[in-house]
Formats: sequence, structure tokens, C-alpha cells
Amino acid sequence: MTTATHDHDHAHHGPAKGITRWLYTTNHKDIGTMYLWFSFAMFLLGGTFAMVIRAELFQPGLQLVQPEFFNQMTTMHGLIMVFGAVMPAFVGLANWMIPMMIGAPDMALPRMNNLSFWILPFAFAMLASTLFMEGGAPNFGWTFYAPLSTTYAPPSVTFFIFAVHIMGASSIMGAINIVATILNMRAPGMTLMRMPLFVWTWLITAYLLIAVMPVLAGVVTMMLMDIHFGTAFFNAAGGGSPVLFQHVFWFFGHPEVYIMILPAFGIVSAIIPAFARKQLFGYSSMVYATASIAFLSFIVWAHHMFTVGIPFLGEAFFMWATMLIAVPTGVKVFNWVTTMFRGSMTFETPMLFAVCFVVLFTIGGFSGLMLAVAPADFQYHDTYFVVAHFHYVLVPGAVFSIMAAVYYWLPKWSGKMYNETLGKVHFWLSFVGVNVLFFPQHFLGLAGMPRRIPDYALQFADFNMISSIGGFLFGASQLLFLYIVVHTIVAGKPAKAKPWDGAEGLEWSVPSPAPYHTFETPPDIDKAPQLDRKEP
Amino acid sequence: MQTRLLRGLFALMAMLLGSWAQADWTLNMPKGVTDISQEVYGLHMLTFWVCVIIGIIVFGVMFYAMFKHRKSKGAVSANFHESTKVELAWTLIPAVVIFAIGVKATYTLADMYNTDDSELTVEITGYQWKWRYRYLNDDPNAEVSFFSNLATSRDEINNRLDKNENYLLEVDEPLVLPVDQKVRFVLTAADVIHSWWVPQLGVKKDAIPGIANEAWTIINETGTYRGQCTELCGKDHGFMPVVVEAVPQEEFDTWLAGKQEEARKLAELTEKDWTMDELMERGRQAYQTTCAACHGQNGEGAGFPALAGSAIATGPVEDHIDIVVNGVNGTAMQAFGAQLSEVDIAAIITYERNAWGNNVGDMVTPVDILNYNAGQ
Ligand code: HEM
Ligand SMILES: [Cu+2]
Repeated sequence: MTTATHDHDHAHHGPAKGITRWLYTTNHKDIGTMYLWFSFAMFLLGGTFAMVIRAELFQPGLQLVQPEFFNQMTTMHGLIMVFGAVMPAFVGLANWMIPMMIGAPDMALPRMNNLSFWILPFAFAMLASTLFMEGGAPNFGWTFYAPLSTTYAPPSVTFFIFAVHIMGASSIMGAINIVATILNMRAPGMTLMRMPLFVWTWLITAYLLIAVMPVLAGVVTMMLMDIHFGTAFFNAAGGGSPVLFQHVFWFFGHPEVYIMILPAFGIVSAIIPAFARKQLFGYSSMVYATASIAFLSFIVWAHHMFTVGIPFLGEAFFMWATMLIAVPTGVKVFNWVTTMFRGSMTFETPMLFAVCFVVLFTIGGFSGLMLAVAPADFQYHDTYFVVAHFHYVLVPGAVFSIMAAVYYWLPKWSGKMYNETLGKVHFWLSFVGVNVLFFPQHFLGLAGMPRRIPDYALQFADFNMISSIGGFLFGASQLLFLYIVVHTIVAGKPAKAKPWDGAEGLEWSVPSPAPYHTFETPPDIDKAPQLDRKEP
Repeated sequence: MQTRLLRGLFALMAMLLGSWAQADWTLNMPKGVTDISQEVYGLHMLTFWVCVIIGIIVFGVMFYAMFKHRKSKGAVSANFHESTKVELAWTLIPAVVIFAIGVKATYTLADMYNTDDSELTVEITGYQWKWRYRYLNDDPNAEVSFFSNLATSRDEINNRLDKNENYLLEVDEPLVLPVDQKVRFVLTAADVIHSWWVPQLGVKKDAIPGIANEAWTIINETGTYRGQCTELCGKDHGFMPVVVEAVPQEEFDTWLAGKQEEARKLAELTEKDWTMDELMERGRQAYQTTCAACHGQNGEGAGFPALAGSAIATGPVEDHIDIVVNGVNGTAMQAFGAQLSEVDIAAIITYERNAWGNNVGDMVTPVDILNYNAGQ
């Protein structure tokens, strides 16, 4: 494969120098890097808020913060983790990897790419600034149910609304870019059914984003109208309905949770075959399963609303549809396990995170299935059982997949190898931390502890203390992650073009670090050795 | 040095174990005291065991592979990568299992939705941050309706006093219900969304402003059942417990009759001649239950406006009555006219105007409030 190298001779160019490189860049690799660093910064900020929450919950009674501030912490934690940490991280990975995976020179719409990144810091600066405003930051939960978030909201809600608008615009632009890139820029011979699963899952995710981000923008705009312009969409006194809010929100919200997990499926589907040295089992069923999950994700939203009093038939429909979604989700897990079966496995850090993903995500899927059973959900809803469920799918799920991706592709990005021992230490600390943190929350929820409370009855004391200890361990471990990444970039040993002997895909056919411009002439897919195991 | 360290460690462990031994390690959902809660428990355990079995199979295969099929053990990778039959099997088999759970769940769900043939209806209204219970009844003069407030003291919450065993799960006045009788609940809210939950009854339903939701229960055993609000409803969301006192039918009837009598008496009280001291004493108590959470036990204001020396509490009496009766729109200051009796409103205002050095010296009587309301 010679196509990878810099085989053009006109006077251009490596990156520009100085700050303008980052401000004006249209290069997918630079933009990917910025997304990833931004996301990590938000991960630490959201994590700090989580530490405040766990510290307050360490013991019964109010110790550190007052209930008003506690509610601001839970709200900001959720918003920042979802919109600031997880989503931008996946967009960053998409930027870096999709062009390289499909043999494209860059993203299809590079200037829009720059814009979609650079509006994000403003959105989050605005959101974070609400903490210092009169009346405090948003305090109504990341799900911001009206009328708590409208009639009863602090004045800073308006800034929250605009921040969400900007984030939404950023996501939509990012998604359009990804769709345009995947559909138009594939190298000749890179048929759809040959694309790596990460590309597939992102393609589907991008469609989900385009479909539901406008709904989110709509719901916050309706709030804005209610608050400032005298409408009454969600105000019962004016003829509106607070339940309408929830329908609109969750029509966005449920696909949103899949937006945060489908790209993770793609990452894991790249890493497990690489370290099992065996082709992914059931490639096409993986594609179909992803597509059916995406479709089903539009018709299950009211499973978040089983207790709001929707009519019996509606309730039953959403219960059945939700249970159905466990089927394609199961197919994915079975495929990964079968990929591992009779492979020739090694367990470097990316594989450890990926295997852990499969196990713990599945546990989150199990609690998901339990929650889907509507009569039982009457007992689980809005308790720590739900908190445990979504943290299992989001932390050792989405977040671990991002970490796996960083360890897996960092050699390609930076041209340096991370320290394997430190990587493993980071994994084991995170693994222990995350389970000590979230597993006891299942018990708390079943025993009756509601979510989003700053203080609790005495029978919940012990598991809360354990959970907090796990939280502190998990939080501290992520500083090690920062150290490992920085250390790799600054002082890592040079990495080979293909540091993982079982890895597949075009990205490994270019040198490490990947040159500033790759695939300016398209690679010949049919001759690419990495892909010939997949039939066209 | 080492021994000291060791001794320290042992002491720490003993301490931890000591507190753990008496700790509550509840792991599972309560079975509860209604047929529905027991059915729900059954569904919960069924789904749980299905998950456990699937988990054992999937993780079993996975861990087997992880130990046997390692490169370091000389494993060479096979190259199978596709099988329509296998894919079909692991799509259909889980689908069938899920179908079975779904059928059972649908029956229970239908049951939970059937509020017909109830013998008693209680209206439950969520307020920031307390519950109001109203026993629907044909005689408007004897309507039983009361608020149920958190009874745990601020001193316990702020760690100035030891916490009692029902910390945060105790109220000044519980909801009293008869056993073995179908009770229908009609739920709504006055401000934001709340959710009324008693795990032992298997009842959780949102209380939403502008909407009347329904739920029901038949309690099989007498006892005290505790729960909490489960929908984030603002500052004191964690501090609005639910307590249900389930009693035998006769006891319930006596209790209800007593309450109705009280309601009639209250109507009379409103007419009575009040002295300053009586109003101050009643006002002090009512203030502590209703107002102190925001305005502070001594009017010093706990995150909300202070009343000691405030312009309202020392200014014209009409403004003071107005703010208490009508609240301040869009803030935590609610319209208490709808929540408190005229007697309590009069007493609270009198108290606020004459306590903590406010010494305005005037007195507001229940009749003043009645007149004020009539004039509105
Ligand atoms: C087998 C698949 C899944 C099923 C059947 C399922 C089911 C459910 C149900 C029924 C609820 C509502 C619980 C309640 O509020 O009472 C819920 C909540 C939630 N789920 Fe899942 N889930 C699944 C997978 C996922 C995945 C993959 C994610 C994200 C990566 C996710 C994220 C969430 C979140 C964030 C919430 C809570 C939102 C909130 O109220 O704050 N779930 N899930
Ligand atoms: Cu959902």
C-alpha cells in the first residue's frame, strides 16, 4: 500500500503554525483531536460534579452542600456528561477514523466541520457560567421536566436553552458531515457492506441525530416561548400539558441513548476481532441488528413514562416494543462472544476495555429488560435501580468503549505507544471502581431509594458509602488516564504502522503517526490485504 | 511501629464490622402487602432469573474462551465467521422467552389499570414539598382533608441531633387506610410534578398539575408503610415522605368519624374570639411545620427571604395577608390560602408580625382572613 503516503508534490503543506492551526483548521485529524480533548475536559468537569454528589451522599444527613446546590450538581453532571463528554468523544473518533477507514482524504464538508466544533466551547462556557448566576444553575435534572424547568426554573434556564440550541446545531452539522462523507467519499471498491462496523454504526447514528436533535431544539424552544412569550405548551393552567413535554423530550431522549451506544458497538466490533485474531462473527447480522435497534428506538420512548398515566393500550405497546429491542441487542452480544470463541486472544489494554464492555454492557442490558416490564417498572422507576441501569450502559458501556478506542488508535494518532503496564493498571482501577460504584446502586433502588435526593433514610447508608468509595476510586483513576495519554504523546516509544497484529482496516495501511493528509489518491480496496477476508 | 499500625488497622476493621453487623443490607425489592405488589415481585424475580440464566450461558462461553483460546496457550484462531442458522436461533429463542414474560406482564398491567369497584376514594395532591390527602365524601361540612409534612427535625438533617430510625420517612400526619378494601387514589399536583410511591403497596403514580391520574390498592395486612416522592420536584424533593397507616375497618371508621368531627369543629373555631396569646401559640406551631423550611426557624431565612425585620412582616397588614394567601407567582412562595385553614393563616401572620423582635403589635383573626377572601 503506497497510496497512504504523501504522494503529491504541490507546495502544500503540513499543519499551519501556532494557534491559527487550531482555529482555522479544516483538517479532520486536527478537528478530531480537538473534539477528543474537549470531551476529556468535559469528562473531568462533569466528573468533578459527580464527586460532589458522591461526597454529599457518603453519609446520611446534609454535610457539604445544600439541596438547591445538590440539584444543580446532578443536573450539570448529567448534561455535561451526555452532551459534553460522550457525544463529542464519538464525533472526535468519527472525525479521525471515518475518512481513514473508508479511504477518503478528509471529511466531505471540512469548513462546516470546523464550525461544528468551534461552537461547542461557547455552548459549554455558557452552560457552566450559569453556576455563577443569580438563582444558580439549572436544577431540574438532565431531563428538565416542565413545569419545574419553566414556571419554577431559575432565571439561568434561558442560558441553558441557548446552550442546548448550540449543542444541537453542532451535532446536526457533525451528523450531516458524517453522512455526506460516508455516502460520497468512499474509495472505489469500498462497498457499503465492506465498511468497517464503526463506519456503519456511525452512519446510522448520524441519521438518528438528524432525526431527533431538531426535536430537542423544538422542545427547548417551546420552553423558551412558555417562559418569555406567554405561551402555555407545558402549563396546565393555560391549557397546556406537562405530559406533552415528556413525550417530546423522550422522543428525542430515547434515540439519544442509542446515539451514545451505537458508535460504541462499532468500536468494540473493531477491537475484539483484532485481539482475537479472528474475523468478526456475523458482520451482516451486526449491520441489520444496528439498523433494527435504530428503528425500534423511535417507538419505545414512553418506557420512560410508565408512571405518568398513559392509557393501558399505550402502556402495553411501549412495554412490548421495549422488550423487543433486547432481541437485536442480544444478537450483538452473541456475535461478539462467538468472535472470541476459538480465537487466539491476547489482552492488551484496548481488549481489556472491550471485553469489559461486553460483560458490563450486557448487565446494563439485563436491567434494561427488567425495566421494560411495565408493572415492575412501577417499582423501579425513578429509583437508584434506574441510575444503576443507565450508568452500566453508559460508563462501562459508552465511556469504556471510548477509552478502548483511545488505547487502540492512539499509536496511529500520535505515532507513539502508550505504556502497557500503566494502561492495564488504569483498566483494573477503573473496572473495580466502576463496579463498586454502580453495582450497589441496584440494591439501593430495589430497597426503595429514590434518585436525585441529597439525603436518605438510614437503611440506605451502607451501600451509599460503598458506592461513594467506588466513585472516588473511579474518579481518581481517570487522572491516571490523563497522565498515560500525555506521557505517550510526549515520551512514548515510536509505534509501528500496525502495532496490533490482528488489526484490520485501511487505517493501519498508513504510517504512524498518520500523515497530516492521507489517501489523497484513493487506495485500491481490492488489493488491500486487510480487507480481503470480507466478501464484497 | 508495625504493631501500632496493625493494632490501628484492627481497630478500624472492628469498627467497620461493628457498624456493618447492625447495618441493613436489603438487596431486593419487598414482596409487599398487596396482591399486586406480590405479582410484581414475581415478575421481577422471573425476569431476573431469566437474565441470570442467559448471563451464565453467555458469560460462561465467554470466560471459557478467554481462558482456553489464548495466544499464550498456543490457541490458533479458527476462521468461521458466519452462520445464518445460529443467528436465527439466537434471535428466535430470546424472542420466545421475552414473549412469555410479556404475556404475564400484560395481565398484571391490566389488573393495575382496573380501578373499578372501589369503596373509598382518596385524592392525593402533591405540593412543594408535602402531600395533601382528601377523603372524598358527600357532606361538604365534614370534609376530611389534611397535609402530611415531613416530621424529621432540621436538627437531625443537619447532624445536630442523632437520627431516629425513621429518619426522613416520618410525617406529622399519615394517610390512614382500611385493610381489605379497594381504595382508589386520584392523584394530581398543585405546582410541579411529584410522584407518590409506597413500595410495600406496589403503587407508584405521578401527580401532575392539571391532570387527574388514577391508581388503586387493596392492603392485605395492617401496618405502617413508608415511601417517598419519586419525581424530582425542586429543593426539598428528598424531604416529602409518604406514610400509610393501614388499620382494620372498624378502627378506620372510628378514625374517619373523628376526623369529620374535627372538620366541623374547625369551622366553629374560625368563628371563635381569639386572644393574642392563643394566636401566637397556634401560629408558632403552624409556622414551624409550614414556613420554617424556607424562612428559617427564627425567621432568619434559610436561602429564602428572612422575615425577622422584613418589610412585609412589619409593614401594612393587607400586604402581609396577600402574600401569604396568594403566594408569589413563579417562586417557591406558594398560595397558602388553598392549603391552610383560615385559623392557621391568621395565627401564622399574627405570629410573624410579633415574633423575633418584629413586635408590630397587631393581631389578625380568622374572621379577618375570611373577610379578606370574601373581598377578593
Ligand atoms: C436492552 C436494551 C435496553 C432496554 C430494554 C432499556 C430499557 C430502559 C427503560 C425501560 C428505562 C426507563 C426506566 C425508568 O425510568 O423507569 C431506561 C432508562 C434509561 N436507559 Fe435504558 N434500556 C436499554 C439500553 C440502554 C442503553 C444502550 C442505553 C444508553 C447507552 C440506555 C440508557 C438509558 C438511560 C440514560 C435511561 C434513564 C434516563 C433517565 O431517566 O434519566 N439504556 N432504559
Ligand atoms: Cu429509553
